[in-house]
Amino acid sequence: MKSRILFLVPLLVFMVLAGYFAVGLTKDPRKLPNMLKGKPVPEFALAPILDRDDKGFRNTDLIGDVTLVNVFGSWCVACQIEHPFLMELKEKNLVPVHGIDWREVDPTAGPDWLRRYGDPYMLIGDDPKSRAAIAFGVTGAPETFLVDKKGVVRYKHVGPINQQSWDEVIFPLIQKLRTDEGI
Amino acid sequence: MLRILILALLIWLPGLPAHAVNPDEILKDPVLEGRAREISKGLRCLVCQNQSIDDSDASLARDLRILVRERLTAGDSDEDVLNYVVSRYGDFVLLKPPFKMSTLALWLGPFFLLMLGLFATFKYYRREPTAVEKPDAPKPLTDVEQKRLQKLLEGD
Repeated sequence: MKSRILFLVPLLVFMVLAGYFAVGLTKDPRKLPNMLKGKPVPEFALAPILDRDDKGFRNTDLIGDVTLVNVFGSWCVACQIEHPFLMELKEKNLVPVHGIDWREVDPTAGPDWLRRYGDPYMLIGDDPKSRAAIAFGVTGAPETFLVDKKGVVRYKHVGPINQQSWDEVIFPLIQKLRTDEGI
Repeated sequence: MLRILILALLIWLPGLPAHAVNPDEILKDPVLEGRAREISKGLRCLVCQNQSIDDSDASLARDLRILVRERLTAGDSDEDVLNYVVSRYGDFVLLKPPFKMSTLALWLGPFFLLMLGLFATFKYYRREPTAVEKPDAPKPLTDVEQKRLQKLLEGD
């Protein structure tokens, strides 16, 4: 009787392992959890980029409206792919987009890039030393954070935003956050 | 002679461990720098994910190394620095996974399996031998056999 149950042990061990692998192998190791979700935007204060003579971009600027914070760089190929979509958002006035110009080796590179392709950003901060990028937990560009009216990070989008991710995830979330208490 | 020396150097040099830390990043205080190196070795580079930031040439790794050093210089403890980076990137950034509920199976699984194996082995050797392994005691010889044996023994 005992040995009858015992012969099931290897099968059981296998099933447990298979269960772990079934879950583990479907996860993308490059997708990191959004550690900031539900937390206030980290403190940062970035200087303006060369072309702009405003005050740059800091975390306190994000309080009051639902906004997107887009991390980009002139060296980033995927950002070029995303760029026309951000321009479209600006033209249609769908949501304010702020930019973090990440890791420009040459301070003129970011402004040049925006002059060539258009500037979709309300505020831009220059982040040559990854200060804000690390505070946001950014691993690559482009990454975009959706911030609510209270300055709390609600969503992180890794990679270029396109029509599909906008229609299916980002815009519905923005509308929901807008209707949440007031405005 | 010089040629041999240069040759020897060329052969030897690629074998040296290549660290990514640039001279301009290194702190003047050797104690702080030592702590920074230790912390850096335990932090995963988020760009090339199986390297530590101490080994990686990626620019984000460099910025993280500098951040670690700045925080240490500002008086943070090793733990403070690690906690800050983990609060931004999650446990994944630690090359050595922390011991907690979600990693129990990872840390204790091997010991559990070892114990299971030891237990099974122990049980196997301590059990009653089965019929196949312990045949019945040999039957006594029959009269005919007894006689044949006697014959053989005397036949010398």
